[in-house]
Amino acid sequence: MNTRNDRITALHATAKERILILDGSWGVMFQRMGLEEADYRGDRFDTGAYPGQMKGNNDILCLTRPERVSELHDAYFGAGADISETNTFSATTIAQDDYNLDLQSVIDINLEGARLAREAADRWTAKEPHKPRFAAGSIGPLNKMLSMSSDVNDPGAREVTFDQVYEAYRQQIKALNEGGVHLYLIETITDTLNCKAAIKAIMDLEAEGMEKLPIWISGTITDRSGRTLSGQTVEAFWHSVRHAKPFAIGFNCALGADLMRPHIAALSRTADTLVAAYPNAGLPNEMGQYDEEPAETSNSVSGWAKDGIVNILGGCCGTTPDHIRAIANSVEGIAPRKPEAQPERMRLAGLEPFELAG
Amino acid sequence: MTSQKSSSFVNIGERTNVTGSARFRKLITAGDYPAAVEVARQQVENGAQIIDVNMDEGMLDGALAMTTFLNLIAAEPDIARVPVMIDSSKWDVIEAGLKCVQGKAVVNSISMKEGEDQFREQARKCLSYGAAVVVMAFDEVGQADTAPRKIEICQRAFKILTEDVGFPASDIIFDPNVFAVATGIEEHDNYAVDFIEATKIIRETCPGCHISGGLSNVSFSFRGNEPVRRAMHSVFLYHAIPAGMDMGIVNAGQLDIYDEIEPKLREAVEDVILNRTPDGTENLIAIAEGFKGQKGKVQEKDLRWRELPVAKRLEHALVNGITKYIVEDTEEARAASKRPLHVIEGPLMDGMNVVGDLFGSGKMFLPQVVKSARVMKAAVAYLDPFMEAEKVLLGTTDETKGTVLMATVKGDVHDIGKNIVGVVLACNGYEIVDMGVMIPAEDILDKAVEVGADIIGLSGLITPSLDEMVYVAREMQRRGMTQPLLIGGATTSPAHTAVKIDPSRDNGPTVHVTDASRAVGVVSTLLSDEDRPLFVETTKAKYQRMREARAGGPPKKRHPIATARQLSHKIESGPVPAPSFTGTKVFEDFDLSVVARYIDWTPYFSSWNLAGRFPQILEDDIVGEAASDLWRDTQAMMQQILGQDWFKPKAVIGFWGAHRQGDDIKLDTGDTFHTLRQQMMKDNSRGNFALSDFVAEVGDHIGGFAVTSGPQADEIAKEFEAKGDDYSAIMVKSLGDRFAEAMAEYMHAQVRQELWGYAADEALSEADLIKEAYQGIRPAPGYPCQPDHTEKETLFRLLDAGRIGMELTSSFAMTPASSVSGLYIAHPESAYFAVGRIERDQVEDYAKRKGMEVRVAERWLGPILNYDPGELELV
Repeated sequence: MNTRNDRITALHATAKERILILDGSWGVMFQRMGLEEADYRGDRFDTGAYPGQMKGNNDILCLTRPERVSELHDAYFGAGADISETNTFSATTIAQDDYNLDLQSVIDINLEGARLAREAADRWTAKEPHKPRFAAGSIGPLNKMLSMSSDVNDPGAREVTFDQVYEAYRQQIKALNEGGVHLYLIETITDTLNCKAAIKAIMDLEAEGMEKLPIWISGTITDRSGRTLSGQTVEAFWHSVRHAKPFAIGFNCALGADLMRPHIAALSRTADTLVAAYPNAGLPNEMGQYDEEPAETSNSVSGWAKDGIVNILGGCCGTTPDHIRAIANSVEGIAPRKPEAQPERMRLAGLEPFELAG
Repeated sequence: MTSQKSSSFVNIGERTNVTGSARFRKLITAGDYPAAVEVARQQVENGAQIIDVNMDEGMLDGALAMTTFLNLIAAEPDIARVPVMIDSSKWDVIEAGLKCVQGKAVVNSISMKEGEDQFREQARKCLSYGAAVVVMAFDEVGQADTAPRKIEICQRAFKILTEDVGFPASDIIFDPNVFAVATGIEEHDNYAVDFIEATKIIRETCPGCHISGGLSNVSFSFRGNEPVRRAMHSVFLYHAIPAGMDMGIVNAGQLDIYDEIEPKLREAVEDVILNRTPDGTENLIAIAEGFKGQKGKVQEKDLRWRELPVAKRLEHALVNGITKYIVEDTEEARAASKRPLHVIEGPLMDGMNVVGDLFGSGKMFLPQVVKSARVMKAAVAYLDPFMEAEKVLLGTTDETKGTVLMATVKGDVHDIGKNIVGVVLACNGYEIVDMGVMIPAEDILDKAVEVGADIIGLSGLITPSLDEMVYVAREMQRRGMTQPLLIGGATTSPAHTAVKIDPSRDNGPTVHVTDASRAVGVVSTLLSDEDRPLFVETTKAKYQRMREARAGGPPKKRHPIATARQLSHKIESGPVPAPSFTGTKVFEDFDLSVVARYIDWTPYFSSWNLAGRFPQILEDDIVGEAASDLWRDTQAMMQQILGQDWFKPKAVIGFWGAHRQGDDIKLDTGDTFHTLRQQMMKDNSRGNFALSDFVAEVGDHIGGFAVTSGPQADEIAKEFEAKGDDYSAIMVKSLGDRFAEAMAEYMHAQVRQELWGYAADEALSEADLIKEAYQGIRPAPGYPCQPDHTEKETLFRLLDAGRIGMELTSSFAMTPASSVSGLYIAHPESAYFAVGRIERDQVEDYAKRKGMEVRVAERWLGPILNYDPGELELV
């Protein structure tokens, strides 16, 4: 049960038996800890070499306050989560450029973040062998997009190139794998092309001999239009990433459970793999805070479980261990969705899907 | 299309394809991207389900153009909603495109052209970018033409993709190559049927895959006749879609509704597409004119370019082949330059680079490039005295980009193609040492040492020249000469180079060059320290694969010669009437204008690398302008030829009593024409032919002829060359060839109607003549009916052809080069055929009949042996 391969086998087996639970928000939890600039900087990141504000760079806590990171893993595993994410959502050279972080520090965040999540997962698995726990390497979006213009006057302008994004993700993925994660979670995808760069990085690294791990791909439908920020419909998004042969496909963030449901339902009809959803705790209020109660969230998502349209549930912005506990309890004993093989078709996509029967 | 058959067919728009749309090309090359984006928008608005984006234009940085355009349309939701097909023949352009699309795109295309390894690697990359692929039916040997080849290649690719690479079957689109039908070449007649049959079997045996094709190719020979083309496209789809073709690059405006095609046209088109009748092409051509719309425009002289700065004027003159102002412009540039050489290195070379780019990208054609060279030569000739003066003053010498030694090998006299290559290379700044024709290996190699040649280029048109090239290669090996050896000319092929020449030396690269347009690329690569190693290595590997592919496949089984003889054609009627005389007769003092009426102009255009049927070629969308210019210049020269009697054609013909004896034709003179018999296994009821089949066993006759347009073409060409006018030199030689062919046609008509007189009352148009719609044949030794060149020896002896100045070389090539010879066979059942590959049993028997050693016979018959004769001795 302790090698990574055994645990991945267990992940596939468990997914067939029940609905898996992902952890909840990290940002809100770190906020509640009331950490200061000095906590973020630790001994390693002095203001001389790393000017500007470091507070808010939650990922760096993997290096400077690792015990607080472990504490959150424990809080979520304790609440009933099967999967906890590494604290590496923004740990790429491109995203960390805002904090002037160098490549080695970025790699170290990923290595350490993976190690912390893995250590917690192993510890909880040892304690509760009937309920294996998993560490998912968080690969977040970038603040720079490949499909969107960076200049209103020039629709062809881009702030980054595919090669730069690919390289940044490749560094992150390699370190997460080395650090010991059980699976990758490419999440909060606002631009499918960025995601495809990450997928290519994984496929290339595997072709070069790196150990293969399950991939979970989670996009973000940004508003009621039902499209990703880069303009794709749900099905077009699925067509664009299914070459990764993902372990799971789903959506997270931006929407609360009620608004996310139709998109999860659409994925459930078309995807021949596990479907995952981890919505926000509703929409933010005027103060930018999420105030949906755990029971409200769990009430919505357990309905999806009963309808048989999901395999993995969890929480995004504004959700807490209490939300996760409520969700875990509400879906206990409910059978997971059974993915169905789809007819062989050529499935292409622009912003909209295109199908041609074989 | 039709109501019931179009449901599952995906139409791919090609308006955003620089090779498919002149308008889009102009917008992109002009950098007008906003307008180009509008083209894409309209196309999607008009219903395109996928848009094909192609930026393969020589003047463009393809990867940059692809990136720019795809990034721009990504910002347009009205356009970006449909998937993109990233279309390029260059992998770096494809990859640049893949880096710009967030959706799932289609790559168009990859193939096994460069071998399985590269195919696997590119397929794996497509998979990692998340793209579907179009796979062309193309392998190491070449593009698949027949149904079995298409099927075999696609099945092999399918296995590699699905089993090795893990590619989903439903993301594989095969393009089994739509080729032109109705080209007038019999082998092309079945191309549409081949596509349709292959489509069916590929869909059945590669489950889940798709079939696509570029529709406009099928109607290529009717360029300029849109109504016929539209009908051909519709009929093709009408049959290909039910067979399983489910995608296609089709311009919706280029389609008719099947049911609404004029019935007579539809019937004729269907005959051609389905290859239902042997005369389908003729019938369609006959009615095609009646459906043609109005076309044609008046050209006006525009002298505004004279107002441009001098460098631009020089460029304009070079690109457009205008010599009129070249001296004054060159002088103006010289006066403004520090050294005369700077004019050459600056504006003139810049202009020639533009010409080179346009030529390389198919925007300019050979006759135009040769005219550009004429302008260049005129400019250089003007500058020469200034440079000589400067040299004397400074005592300097100038370097060239490299020296290329060129020669037509011993025994061969043909050099038009070689001269074109020489001109094109010279235009690109290489020093050309052209030794001419019939050059022995020793002289070529001695000269190469003497001039310090960087590259040696060999040319040849007749099959024995292939052996001579092998000999040159072996001599280079023996003498330790490591220069690259280039092989070119009509009978040469990549396969022959790979199998025979390349293994003859291992001390330097040997490269086959398909045509003049490739020569510059190959030479510049070979002379570049940076690019040469990779090119040499990939070429070597390609040839190795071709050798392996050749060694791998067992030759097709043949009938034993005894069986083939049982299957010989038995003529039904007896001998034809006797000719008006027996013995030989010489003919001179021809009226050139009469002979000229027998010229078939289509091969003339193809000798200038302009493909298309005359006269339609003059209105062709692509080469029409170049062809029309060439035609105007040709007409001008024709007037001089006819008016000043430039050529003095001569002919000698003979008739002899003859009878068939087995596979030989015995003459009453005691001489024998030996013939070769087909041994292929045929699936039709036609027999296994030999020429002797068309001669009766008793009391028949046979004829022979040798005609030439005389040595004048070569002599006049030399005068032009001396004046630096290669354009006119090549033209007069090509016309010499055409006159020789026309002489053969004219004499044959005289023979049929009078001299033999077996068809005294035939009335044929010139078009009928070109189609050979007459009784009797005039097969030539060295051609498919009788591939053995050595038979010319008997023919020349019987005709005493030396009387009219015709000789044979050691390789049995005829001099003067513009000459034709052959037999006359009159029987109504006689027909042209190809002997095809033959077995050892026939070769041994043939050698015995000819009193020739088997090894010697094998050398002359090398190209048609169906077995490996081992190492052949060289002359």
